[in-house]
Amino acid sequence: MTDNRTIALVAGVLALLTAATAVGQFLRRHPDRGLDPAAVGTFNSRLRGWWILCTVLAAAYWLGTTATVVLFGFVSFWALREFITLTPTRKGDHRALFWVFFAFTPLHYVLVGLDRYDVFSVFLPVYATLFVLARVAFAGDYKRFLERTAKIQAGLVVCVYCLSFAPALLQLQLPGSEGNSDGNFRLLFFLILLVQFADCMQYVWSRMLGQHLVAPTVSSNRTWEGLLGSATSTSLLAAALWWAAPPFQLWQATLAGFVVAVMGFAGGMTMSAIKRDRGVKDYGTLVVGHGGVLDRVDSMCFAAPVFYHITLLVTGIKP
Amino acid sequence: MLSPADIRDRPPERPTVRARSPLCQAAGLGLAALARLLAGSSVRWIASQPDTCQRIYFANHTSHLDALVIWASLPRAIRELTRPVAAKDYWSRGIVRRWLAQEVFDAILIDRTDIKVHQSPVDIMLREAGSARSLIVFPEGSRSVSGEVGEFKSGLYYLAKKRPELELVPVHIDNLNRVLPRGEFLPVPLLSCISFGPPLWLERGEAKLDFLARARRAVLALKE
Repeated sequence: MTDNRTIALVAGVLALLTAATAVGQFLRRHPDRGLDPAAVGTFNSRLRGWWILCTVLAAAYWLGTTATVVLFGFVSFWALREFITLTPTRKGDHRALFWVFFAFTPLHYVLVGLDRYDVFSVFLPVYATLFVLARVAFAGDYKRFLERTAKIQAGLVVCVYCLSFAPALLQLQLPGSEGNSDGNFRLLFFLILLVQFADCMQYVWSRMLGQHLVAPTVSSNRTWEGLLGSATSTSLLAAALWWAAPPFQLWQATLAGFVVAVMGFAGGMTMSAIKRDRGVKDYGTLVVGHGGVLDRVDSMCFAAPVFYHITLLVTGIKP
Repeated sequence: MLSPADIRDRPPERPTVRARSPLCQAAGLGLAALARLLAGSSVRWIASQPDTCQRIYFANHTSHLDALVIWASLPRAIRELTRPVAAKDYWSRGIVRRWLAQEVFDAILIDRTDIKVHQSPVDIMLREAGSARSLIVFPEGSRSVSGEVGEFKSGLYYLAKKRPELELVPVHIDNLNRVLPRGEFLPVPLLSCISFGPPLWLERGEAKLDFLARARRAVLALKE
């Protein structure tokens, strides 16, 4: 079942991770190399995150499409939990929130799992919006009504709706892969890889060349140089890996890389703005002991729907 | 910090706990896990450690879930020694609640409406605690509406005065009032935080109001 390109991709990723881990461990054991130990520590912890991510992805691939959709469903649920915890809500929102968490979020992922693009593409942005507005009105608390409903709506769209386009990639009928989802998993992995790589590159380029902050009041380390550098390097990586992403030609993969980098940057900026407004550094420190899921998936939330629709547009696949 | 394993392995001067049926034990474990999951509670011990010695945990009161979540946040060996003090009018209503209160948490139910001179709540609590069990109490008496920590009632002072050797451990509950606000019965799974602080004792000759204010400040200090 497993085809050659999947094997090549898995082997490549394993080789890269193993090599990087070896280098990281070597640097950790030899602190006299003149490298900043803190930077080595960051590098190693990033690598650990990568190992975990790849293991989870491999498990999802092995368990199949449905399991992957469920996995993303839990990630959305947790991210939404962090989002709403951080957002001040009033008692009048309680019932609406109950429905948002226990009805709309699971139902949306059920629709994604059933491959009902026609329904799930409007379910949250239209029907959940109407429901939240009406339910909060019924609760009888009109104070800052639009502000409160907008917060719930924003959380639902960013954490649930947008993120769900990543597992929705698994449902696409890719040309020449009848009944085999290997290509879809490669496409999903391609997206995740690009998003993560763009995040790293943004950081690296901002540190190396960063001069002009995009918005100093929102983020003190995101620069225009970081954005440009990240978009360029991510496009190059996408071009180098275009063979792994089934429906794309070279230029299409490059375009996807560029757009993913820009959208991921936008997602990071947006979450920074929300965090600045609430006076916290990251979602993880909001409640001690939690990893901060939203910090990890913010770029993905913004990149996934655009990547999905670009895939449809440039390849002419019907959802 | 002590891991739960350390506590379990500690040689027991541990007293015998009333034997419970396997069903009640399983229900207790399941409920503790469910409460931790639903309330997304992270547990912090600040300048304090979990211990099986006899203690009184006192916390701000924001939600019906408070006693359950504090109880669930304790390591299992300590949880089995700890009895929440809860309102009889709420916890004896209906078969399920009564079963949970009596068999699973082994709660001490206090009648808030009918307080007798010879059976004061403090006496009942201390009698039920005996020489080994710890208690979870809410000195504000009832749930605060605003989410602010209200003034403490004098019960905590009399507990401390009658049993001055007990450790009084302040506990701060954050965000649980949004998980299950007053007057609601379905929870919303937000993230909450339970902080345990360093124990305090009643000082010799300390006045009632001074002590209650100090205890309240100890809870508030955990809020950061």
